[in-house]
Amino acid sequence: MYAHSIGGTRFSFPDLKTLLARATPHRSGDVLAGVAATTMAERVAAQMALADLPLKTFLSEAIVPYETDEVTRLIVDTHDLSAFARIAHLTVGGLRDWLLSDEADSAVLAAIAPGLTPEMAAAVSKICRAQDLILIAAKCHVTTAFRDTIGLPGRLASRLQPNHPTDDPKGILASIVDGLLLGCGDAVIGINPASDSPQRVHDLLSMLDDLRQRLEVPTQSCVLTHVTTAIDLMAGGTPVDLVFQSIAGTEATNTSFGFSLATLQEAHEAALALKRGTVGDNVMYFETGQGSALSADAHHGCDQQTIEARAYAVARRFSPLLVNTVVGFIGPEYLYNGKEIIRAGLEDHFCAKLLGVPMGCDVCYTNHAEADQDDMDLLMTSLSAAGLTFIMGIPGADDVMLGYQSTSFHDVLALRQMLGLKPAPEFASWLDRVGLTDAAGRVRPLDMPERFQTLLTAA
Amino acid sequence: MSIDRFETLRKFTAARIGLGRSGPGIATPDHLAFRAAHALARDAVHTELDLAALAASLSPLGLPVLRVESRAPDQQTYLTRPDFGRRLSDASVTALQAREQGEEIAVLVAGGLSAFATASHAANLLALLVPGFRQAGLTVGPICIAPRGRVALGDEVGALLGARLVLVLIGERPGLSSPDSLGAYITVAPRLGRTDADRNCISNIRPEGMVLAEAARRILWLTDQAMTRGISGVSLKDDSDRVLLAASAQGQLLTG
Repeated sequence: MYAHSIGGTRFSFPDLKTLLARATPHRSGDVLAGVAATTMAERVAAQMALADLPLKTFLSEAIVPYETDEVTRLIVDTHDLSAFARIAHLTVGGLRDWLLSDEADSAVLAAIAPGLTPEMAAAVSKICRAQDLILIAAKCHVTTAFRDTIGLPGRLASRLQPNHPTDDPKGILASIVDGLLLGCGDAVIGINPASDSPQRVHDLLSMLDDLRQRLEVPTQSCVLTHVTTAIDLMAGGTPVDLVFQSIAGTEATNTSFGFSLATLQEAHEAALALKRGTVGDNVMYFETGQGSALSADAHHGCDQQTIEARAYAVARRFSPLLVNTVVGFIGPEYLYNGKEIIRAGLEDHFCAKLLGVPMGCDVCYTNHAEADQDDMDLLMTSLSAAGLTFIMGIPGADDVMLGYQSTSFHDVLALRQMLGLKPAPEFASWLDRVGLTDAAGRVRPLDMPERFQTLLTAA
Repeated sequence: MSIDRFETLRKFTAARIGLGRSGPGIATPDHLAFRAAHALARDAVHTELDLAALAASLSPLGLPVLRVESRAPDQQTYLTRPDFGRRLSDASVTALQAREQGEEIAVLVAGGLSAFATASHAANLLALLVPGFRQAGLTVGPICIAPRGRVALGDEVGALLGARLVLVLIGERPGLSSPDSLGAYITVAPRLGRTDADRNCISNIRPEGMVLAEAARRILWLTDQAMTRGISGVSLKDDSDRVLLAASAQGQLLTG
């Protein structure tokens, strides 16, 4: 039982998960789940009670039962007590103050990451203002590598997302060329296929691999198919760089996605065995997003942001190259409007970076959400200031296959110019080598380099 | 970058490639064209499905058409309460319980997030599917139509009708250049509590996306496999391409 009084009223919360849920800034998904605070005063009372809570509480009270949930078991069994020692004396409120302090520099934050549980990260995020979420995340550096190096300070990478409604190879190629000419694709060239057919996925992966080799571009490719399909394809010799899977923070949600931790383990080992990376061996690409557990009716009475943070425990277990919170994709029943999407995006990035996860963000919204491109501009700019690992690059921000709006190749250019950010170093060198950047490193509007022209003629 | 080069590429994709640049930004005409497309999509989301017109378009199939209601009373509630859209109203439960059971395949047609998609393509797609089902020796019907149903509403519909498989056709959320995209979901042994892992999905069904004939071919292949093997979802891979390629290699398609 937790309690706090505010404005002469005493609010009590029967258990930890209820306290966390009531302390969460307002979002439609928690209202839908029936776990949100019902008044603003109750919400702040919960935040005050949460601030007083010793971090050690999280080591003794599970919000999803250990016995029936393998994500909880993963979190508990891999918790690093020696890394936790430095912050073990703190409350949640004390952790916020400490994270903001000069003592918590990049090296110290990296050192304590294995001692933080997702629930601790979620808890402190709930009492942070947006500025805190940006400031603290900006101090966290998570670096990964495959054919180029992702996450270095002063860099902003992009996933080139050349989706096509029928997976038409020429249509996909047209979008890839547009993106490369605008300096995008250093995080990954990643296609969401319209069909999960193994043959189709094989054909697309083969095409991407051929393209990468012909252009000698230091990046990696991915077709975002189910992990079990990727396992089969790897066994059959398909050129798989990164294994993709959508993941969530409870076992029941992951079961509804059709996989278990053992499945990810199998895929991780198979991808490592291919040894396709040149500068690193981070071979996994995960996507997450608040609301997926509730959508699968597998949230265990927890708020969606806390469950989301638990997905990062799943991610970090498999040392991914990239993790991407697809923040506004799920729709207004979980994040109603621009304000809720912006807050959620900042929280997801903050929690992931605290936990040592290379977080990018699909800054996005659907046409049934109360949001528009102005909201996306605010989120992508805030996240870039916070040291975001990567964003999406999509022609004109309009995904013609998935039917939602994200960020454009031009947005990537704008953010890099605005904040002085550069692409991944190996990719930046390539852009320079093929003549796409000027002396200042800016991508310039130019005639198409000859090898691109050859490529298109062949198509 | 010459504009002509992208003119050539645009015939391959509706994606917004080769946009004008103003520094790092998008040039004004392309910027405002995007706003216009978003405005049209926003307006489309809030349009309701015309049930009478849909029922009329389904009548040539010669199958009973039943109106069912989810628990979402209006479009705004439907958008924010997916749980209401996944369950039948008490009246619809009673109505389906009162029916004689026995058909193997039940069909639910729902407006989803684009009534425009459902109104445009559902009847045409079923006109390809229903004869295919019959040819495969499967019985089908009735066709239930729901203005504000989610995919999982099909589980309750299929269970109450005693169907072995439920096919849900539903309007997908509209994109800027795809306001009329239909989705098809196949679930074997429908009952409450089924999850997305139990379903096979064919999405983006529309003339400029997955054309209706191709969608029908995939749905019939998946339905046949699902009925034969008693599985759907992640354990049933859409290998219809491989089958097609194998058939093509044997010259069967060249003569057919």
